[in-house]
Amino acid sequence: MTPAIELKHVSKVYRRYSGRQFATLKSALLQRSILRDLSPTDTFPALHDVSFTVQPGVTYGVIGRNGSGKSTALKLVAGITKPTSGTVTVRGRISALIELGAGFHPEISGRENVFINGIMLGLTKKEIAKRFDEIVEFAELESFIDAPVKTYSSGMYMRLGFAVAIHVDPDLLLVDEVLAVGDEAFTHKCLDKFAEFRRRGKTILLVTHSLGVVERFCDEALWLDHGRAMAHGDPKRVVDAYLTAVEEGEEALLATTTARAVAAASSGVAEAPVPTAGESAAQAATPSAPTSTDVATAQADNPIQDMFLASEGRWGSREVEIAKVELIDHGGQPSFVYHSGDPMSIRLLVKAAEPVDDFVFGISLFNADGVCCYGTNTYIEEMSPDRLSGHVEIRFDVAALDLVEGTYKLDVAVHKRDGYPYDYHRLLYTFRVKSRTRDVGIYRPAHRWSFSGDVSFILPATAGRNEPE
Amino acid sequence: MFSNLFQLLRYRGLIQSLVARELKARYRGSVLGFFWSFINPLLLLAIYSFIFTTIMPNRVEGVQPYALFMLCGILPWTWFNAALTEAAGSLIAGGNLIKKVLFPAEVLPIVTVLANMVHFALALPIVVIFLVIYQHPPDIPGLVWFPVAVLVQLVFTTGLALALAALTVHFRDIRDILANVLMLWFFATPIIYPWSQQEVAAYRRFFDFNPFTHLAVTYQEVLFFPGPVGHWRWLLALGVASIAVFLAGYWLFDRLRDSFAEVV
Repeated sequence: MTPAIELKHVSKVYRRYSGRQFATLKSALLQRSILRDLSPTDTFPALHDVSFTVQPGVTYGVIGRNGSGKSTALKLVAGITKPTSGTVTVRGRISALIELGAGFHPEISGRENVFINGIMLGLTKKEIAKRFDEIVEFAELESFIDAPVKTYSSGMYMRLGFAVAIHVDPDLLLVDEVLAVGDEAFTHKCLDKFAEFRRRGKTILLVTHSLGVVERFCDEALWLDHGRAMAHGDPKRVVDAYLTAVEEGEEALLATTTARAVAAASSGVAEAPVPTAGESAAQAATPSAPTSTDVATAQADNPIQDMFLASEGRWGSREVEIAKVELIDHGGQPSFVYHSGDPMSIRLLVKAAEPVDDFVFGISLFNADGVCCYGTNTYIEEMSPDRLSGHVEIRFDVAALDLVEGTYKLDVAVHKRDGYPYDYHRLLYTFRVKSRTRDVGIYRPAHRWSFSGDVSFILPATAGRNEPE
Repeated sequence: MFSNLFQLLRYRGLIQSLVARELKARYRGSVLGFFWSFINPLLLLAIYSFIFTTIMPNRVEGVQPYALFMLCGILPWTWFNAALTEAAGSLIAGGNLIKKVLFPAEVLPIVTVLANMVHFALALPIVVIFLVIYQHPPDIPGLVWFPVAVLVQLVFTTGLALALAALTVHFRDIRDILANVLMLWFFATPIIYPWSQQEVAAYRRFFDFNPFTHLAVTYQEVLFFPGPVGHWRWLLALGVASIAVFLAGYWLFDRLRDSFAEVV
């Protein structure tokens, strides 16, 4: 079978013309640099030796991080840009959903824009007239179609653009991250339309960040990273490979975020006063913090609320110091990325300058919205302090991190029973929980669905993955 | 290059609707709408008539009524002037299309030239009305040269428009330079003074090099001056030159084409 799309050893180097933003003719003439300014001075490789083929009727997904060359690949297939080296062969009529409504003119009506956009995409006037009602109905713009496009909301604009492009009836549909337009219902409609395309044996090339869509819709997938093809083939395997790499990247990012937060807080810039403190504590905790005076006042006024004040920082007398905090995964390695349900341990290395007999270790967990998901300390759990001296290690083991996907922050503290802080680390430690399930809320209790009677489900192809791990 | 040129024929439907869109969009939201195409030249004519018949009367023999004489040259100049000015910015303004839609970029400057040609055509009835009012009938057989002049101007303007559009992408200040060059060009062309004026004769050779001279003179001879059109040899020569200008402009555009999507 002749492939619908074939890229052979394609590289694309973007050229930058002249170091400045725009050359001026005057300077070009003065410096006799017309030819030089018209030739590229700087290059940026967007794709490097990428080859792939898409057979007719196949839905092909391209994934990758921002700037990985996905859109460039799509533009090459669409013929908008030419490869620097290698060949791109495309068979059949193309419709590219790259920029929806790119050709719309704001002053004229939606109706006229539909015609002009359709002509741009290669339809004839007659063909558009025949499909016009369908297009308008699909875009859900019946009552606005005669209003100038500048009065449209961005959603309306996108819907109309999508509707026109999809009604071009191409053999080959190129889609660049357009599922993000419109509301849930419209997204479903788009996906239905794609499904219809597939049934009719059309080829779809899909560039998206929505991995779920790739897994559900695509027959094959390609993962690009920094312009290179990292993996292609079975979408699930490609997505897994991609996710693994993303986790590694996130890990590194969270590690730096945390390190920076700790460093900033420890250097005294972000020091904030004690939350639940009496006078002595307040004095002890605010040695020198001119920038946080407002925060201090606010906290003093609302001693209860400030527990939930999501400003990171570190304060305390440091008679007892938390020297190091580590999050440890089930393999015993420090890690910042966990899957929902994974075990996690929090390890504190604590140093007491002098032996103390009044101490409480506390931990609490916040989600990205600043909601306290869980908080506890040794005092609440009725451990009466007796003696603490020298270097000690504290481990807080969580058997299963039953949280939904998201970024979480951690408070760790050691303080006296009355709240006088030795060392309080507020929101300095960040970790991420990932999940394959799009469940919502904060807490995911371990659960199982069971059914009796005449109930059945059509299991999606990815059924196995949706179980809580 | 030539295959691209022929491919352009496939896009004539698009060019047509873009020109229509351009015209509709220009007057959308204005009260008088399309009438502005008539009102603009009318106002221009009123101002010039007042100045040159009352304030500083021009009594040069043979160019009376002066307002009518000037109208014959100013209308095609307005087309030329507006087309080049708009074409220079057309690729930058249409950047979205070039970057996101598979679309031959030369359509954009061509559309600006054609849209302004339509404005020119819409202003022609004004000329006819004034020819009638002043009872100044043109030479009927000479009128066959009118469409030839329009065609030559179209080819010439399109060639320049393509080159300017392509270069402006790289040199943004062309738009500002262009405004000044066009101003100079206007006064260097026998539009507000007649070609036959004695003072002009000394600079004849210089004027001969100005392509728009021959267009303006042709329009004036066709519409205004009595007697047969004597300037047709120049016009045909300019026609040949215009084809060369067009090919050169298109060649330049074609050469720079691949850079548009990346620079715009």
